Amino acid sequence: MRAAYFDVDGTLVRTNLIQPTVMYFANSQTPWETFKRIGGALLDGPRMALAELQDRRLFNEALFSHFKGMSEDRLVELSREVFQSVVKPNLFRGATDLILKTQDAGMRVVLITGSLDVTMFHLADHLNVPRADIIANRLEMKDGYATGKLMRPVVAGPGKAQLIVDDARGHGHDLALCQGYSDSYSDVPMLSVVGHPYCVHPDSKLRQLAHAYNWPILDIDTPARGMLGRP
Amino acid sequence: MSSHPSVVTISHRSKPRVIFSGDQLVEVDLPIGTRVIYPKPPLKPLNDVDAAIRYALSHPLNSEPLYALLRPGMKVTIAIDDLSMPLPPMKAPDIRGRVVEAVLELLDQYAVTDIELIIATAFHRPMTKDEIKHTVGPKTFKRFWPNRLYNHDAERPGGMTYLGKTEDGIDVEINARAAESDLIIYSNLTFVPMNGGHKSLGTGLVGYKTLRHHHNPATIRASETYMDPKVSDLSAKLERVGKLINSKVKVFTIETTVNNRMFDTPLEFLSKNEDELTPTEERGLKALVKALQILPQPARQAIFERVPAPYGVIGVWAGETEAVHKETLKKCYEQLLVPVEGQSDIVIFPIPYISPYNVGAFLNPLLVSVMAQGYLFNLSKGAPLVKKGGTVIITHPCSDKFDREQHAPYVEFFHKILTQTKDAMELHKRFERDFSRNPGYIQMYRTGKGYHPAHPFYMWYWGENGRQHIGRVIVVGADNEYVPKILGYETAPTMNEALRMARETAPPSPSITLFRIAPMVMTEVTPGKAAGVLAETSGEEDDAL
Repeated sequence: MRAAYFDVDGTLVRTNLIQPTVMYFANSQTPWETFKRIGGALLDGPRMALAELQDRRLFNEALFSHFKGMSEDRLVELSREVFQSVVKPNLFRGATDLILKTQDAGMRVVLITGSLDVTMFHLADHLNVPRADIIANRLEMKDGYATGKLMRPVVAGPGKAQLIVDDARGHGHDLALCQGYSDSYSDVPMLSVVGHPYCVHPDSKLRQLAHAYNWPILDIDTPARGMLGRP
Repeated sequence: MSSHPSVVTISHRSKPRVIFSGDQLVEVDLPIGTRVIYPKPPLKPLNDVDAAIRYALSHPLNSEPLYALLRPGMKVTIAIDDLSMPLPPMKAPDIRGRVVEAVLELLDQYAVTDIELIIATAFHRPMTKDEIKHTVGPKTFKRFWPNRLYNHDAERPGGMTYLGKTEDGIDVEINARAAESDLIIYSNLTFVPMNGGHKSLGTGLVGYKTLRHHHNPATIRASETYMDPKVSDLSAKLERVGKLINSKVKVFTIETTVNNRMFDTPLEFLSKNEDELTPTEERGLKALVKALQILPQPARQAIFERVPAPYGVIGVWAGETEAVHKETLKKCYEQLLVPVEGQSDIVIFPIPYISPYNVGAFLNPLLVSVMAQGYLFNLSKGAPLVKKGGTVIITHPCSDKFDREQHAPYVEFFHKILTQTKDAMELHKRFERDFSRNPGYIQMYRTGKGYHPAHPFYMWYWGENGRQHIGRVIVVGADNEYVPKILGYETAPTMNEALRMARETAPPSPSITLFRIAPMVMTEVTPGKAAGVLAETSGEEDDAL
C-alpha cells in the first residue's frame, strides 16, 4: 500500500497556524485571560517573526507557548468550534475531492501538520481520514493543563521529512511510490523524501523549485472544468 | 504510376521541398524518382452555411426533424466537440457555434428552458474560457457561461451515470447530466475520418470505465487504420458503445465538415507544390524559412498558432448518428483522399508543430511519436503508405520539452515509465491502472489545465498499429540523442544520411515517398508497384538538413 502525505495549512485549507490559535485565545475562560493571551502573543510577535525566518519549529514552539495554563477540557471543547468556524469554511474547494480521489486510488491518507492535533481530529473526521493517520503537534499537559511546551517530536519544517520516513517504515510503504503535497518552501524536505511530490498553490520559492524539477503544481481552489454552477 | 495531380515525382529539374520540422520549415533535396504526395486543393465551401444548418435540422437523415422532438419543459443537453480539431482552430465564427445558435433558436421557439451545454472533452484538457467563447460564439457564451456551459468532467464524484454493458462487455458510463436528459444534441466538427459518428458521445462524454475498453493497445493493433471505420476495431467498439447510449437516451446528431484550407494569406503558399510557386511566393517562402531559423521558439509557434485557419464549411448533416456520419465521411474523404498506387519502402513524414493534443502548447516528445506512428501512419486507406517493415523518416527537433500545465503526467510517463518498457501491452497491464488514478494528476485535469493521467498511455497506444508495422523510424534534425532513443528511434544529422541509413535495410532501388502534410491530406493506397528512385542520391547536398 502507498501513502499520500498532506500538509494542511495553505495546502488543504487557506488558514495558517495563527487563525485557529487566535480563535482558541479569544474563547479563553475569562476576558482577562483572553486579553493576556492575545496581548502576550502580540508582544511576542517580533520574536516569532524572527523564529519563522530561522526555523519553522522555533516559530511553532513560540506560538504554542501561549497556550500555557489552558485546560485540556476547554481545548477539546473549543476544538470543534474552531474547526467549524475557522477551518471548515476555509477548506479549498477541491480539497475534499482530492482526498477522496486519493482514497479511491487505494492510498492511505496521512495529514502531517504543525497545527494542534485536537483541531485536526475534526478535520480528519470530516475527510474520512482515521485519526490515527494524523501527524500533528501535541501540547504537553500536566494535571489537565497545558504547560506551554510541545511534545516531541515537534512537527515542522525539515522534521516532517523524518516523521514521514518513520511513518512509511512503520507501515511498510515504499517511499518511492508515496506522494507528498505542500504549499510551502519550508516543506521541501518533506516533498523530497517521497517519490511523487506535488506543490499546491506554492509560494514563490517553491514554485521556482517546482519548475526546476518538473514537480507538478496543483490549484485545488478553481471550479472543476469551469463548472461554476456545481459544487 | 498514379496520375493524380496531387502526386508528383521528383525530377532533376525539381526544386527542394520545404517541409515542417516542428515549428521550423526546412528545405530538403530528395532523390530523383521520389514520390511526393500533396494535399488536394480545398473544396469549394458552402455558399450559405446558416441556410445549410437550418435545412439539415428540418430535413434530417433517418430521424424526425429537430423541432418535432421538442416539447416544453424537457431537459436538453447540447454536447459540443472540443478544440482538438480542426487544427489550427478555425477562424470565427466556428461552425460548432453556428450550429448551436440555430439549435438554441429552435429550443427557444419550443419553450425548452432546461438546457445545458457541455464541451465533450473526455480526458482532454479543459477548454479555456476564451476558447469556449470562440467555439460557441459570444452570444451563446454570454447566455450560458459558466453555470450552464462547461467542460465535461469525467472524474466528478457523482458526475457519471452507468448505462449498462454492451453485448461484448463494454461498460458504458456517461456524463450524468447527459444521461438524465430527454434529448442529447451533438454538435460535431469532423476534420479527419476517425472522428464523428459514435465516437462523439462514445468518447467525448464518457470516463475511464468506458474508455479503457477501446483506448487500449489491443484495439489499436486490431485496427488496420483508425481513419477507416470499416477496418478499425476502435470504430467497431465505439459503434457498440454509441448504440447502447442511443438506446437509453434520445440522441440527435449534427455533423459538419470543413475543407483543408489551413493557411490564410500570407502563408497560403505553404500548401503548394514548390515547383508551382510564383516568384513572389517563392521569395515569401524563402523569407519565412530564414525568419523561422532566427526567431526564438515561442515566436515561431506564435506565427503559426495566432493565425486561425480560414477553413470553409463543406457539409452539414443532421439526424440519426450513423446515417449522418455516412454522409460526413463521404465528404471528408472527398476532400482528403489522394489515390496512390503502391506502398513505399521509405516514407518521409514531416512532423509539424501541432497535433490534436497540444493546442497552445509545445509538441512534446510523446506527441511526436503520436504523430509519426499514430496520426500520419493512420492517414491512409486501403493499405499503409509504408510497406510492412519499411522505414519512416521524420523531421522534428524532439526537444525534451513539455508544457508543465497541460502535460504534467506526460513528463512522468515519458521519463519514468517509458524508460522501463516500450511494450504497449506491458504498459497497459503493469502501469496504466495505478497511474490513471493518480490523485494529483486527476486534480490537474479537474481544476487545472491538464490532460488526464491516462492520456499519455493512450497517446502511446495511438501509435501501436504503426509501431507493429513500421520497421525503423529515423529522426532528422533532433537536438538530442536520448529522446529519440527513449522513443525507440534512430537519428541522422541530415536527410541524405537518413536516406542512406534507410537504404541499408531496404531492397535495391527502394521506393521513397514524401507525405507532404499540412494542410491535411490522406492517401488511398491501392496495390501496385511504387516506382523506385532513379538515382541513389540527388547528387546535391542538403542545405538545411
